Amino acid sequence: MTDTTAVFDQNPEASFGDYVALLKPRVMSLVVFTALAGLVVAPVSVHPMVAFTAILFIAIGGGASGALNMWWDADIDSVMRRTQGRPVPSGRVAPGEALGLGLTLSGFAVVMLWLASNWVAAGLLAFTIFFYAVIYTMWLKRSTPQNIVIGGAAGALPPMIGWAVATGGVSVESVLMFALIFMWTPPHFWALALFMKDDYSNAGVPMLTVTHGRRATRVHILVYTLLLAPLALGIAATSIGGPVYLAASLLLNVAFIRGALRIWRRDESAAEADGYAVEKSFFKLSLYYLFLHFVALMAQSGLAAYGLGGW
Amino acid sequence: MAAFHEEHELHKRRFGRNLGLLAVLSAFVAIVFGLTIVKVSEGGKIEAFDHAVRPSLTVPEGGE
Repeated sequence: MTDTTAVFDQNPEASFGDYVALLKPRVMSLVVFTALAGLVVAPVSVHPMVAFTAILFIAIGGGASGALNMWWDADIDSVMRRTQGRPVPSGRVAPGEALGLGLTLSGFAVVMLWLASNWVAAGLLAFTIFFYAVIYTMWLKRSTPQNIVIGGAAGALPPMIGWAVATGGVSVESVLMFALIFMWTPPHFWALALFMKDDYSNAGVPMLTVTHGRRATRVHILVYTLLLAPLALGIAATSIGGPVYLAASLLLNVAFIRGALRIWRRDESAAEADGYAVEKSFFKLSLYYLFLHFVALMAQSGLAAYGLGGW
Repeated sequence: MAAFHEEHELHKRRFGRNLGLLAVLSAFVAIVFGLTIVKVSEGGKIEAFDHAVRPSLTVPEGGE
């Protein structure tokens, strides 16, 4: 090995995949799905090319906020095992590069969404990026155990953006879709926090399990799950609801509340005895819960086209 | 300087990065082009005020 190659090896340059990883592709896939759902169930049809472009730039906007999050959180990420391999803490991408990529893509995504659709959708996307990067990442995440609750608003906005792409506005239906994800996020993450004994406390992130204890977390999961059910069922009564959605939502909410009750009844010794089986299955169920609610909404909208859906 | 004759892994990575950027920029051009075609063929008001009176841009009396 020559001196030159030795220098290269000490300063690993990023590959293309590292820049893609900065955009948190897994979060992007959720953004794509929920934004698409918001767009599909909207009562106004959109040209496929416009729909494709809008969804793409909503996803890129979401990814850009992920890059800004990784720039700001590099210090926490390097402490926690789960995130140590991310491009910035591992040294493959410089923090300034992550910041530059995040800001550039944010601007691009908002302007392109504006050109493709309308200013309401673009404004909502800009607000989503601002909320996730500034309100959640820079402010709430390290200062309050309610970080998950309020920060969840950023993840809940994509269906509203999709709806705005088609309709150019905000309505009770799109607000309810927002509320569904918003109320779903806390039980989803707290179930994860119960069994992923991650090193949040070492990183100085106040998680409810650490600040208020695991018993309080179990109570919180139940309360949020009970509040979530009427919201989810309420969507059935709006113009995007119908019998298919109502049936699906009823089944899913019964299962979800049952799971939350089981979590609430258990104590730590019982949970440790079976390796957090109930918490893990509740977490898995929460993923199906959200996914199937939006699938049911899209199915309802698809059936309406054949005169089979809606009330 | 002899080391530069054989290809280091770094050069492969840089080439991959350049290819990725090429793909992203090409896709962006294609999207803007496609979007333009759709916007133009869908019509809508693409005339704007340019200091000349045009009936198509005037608001009818009593109308919106």
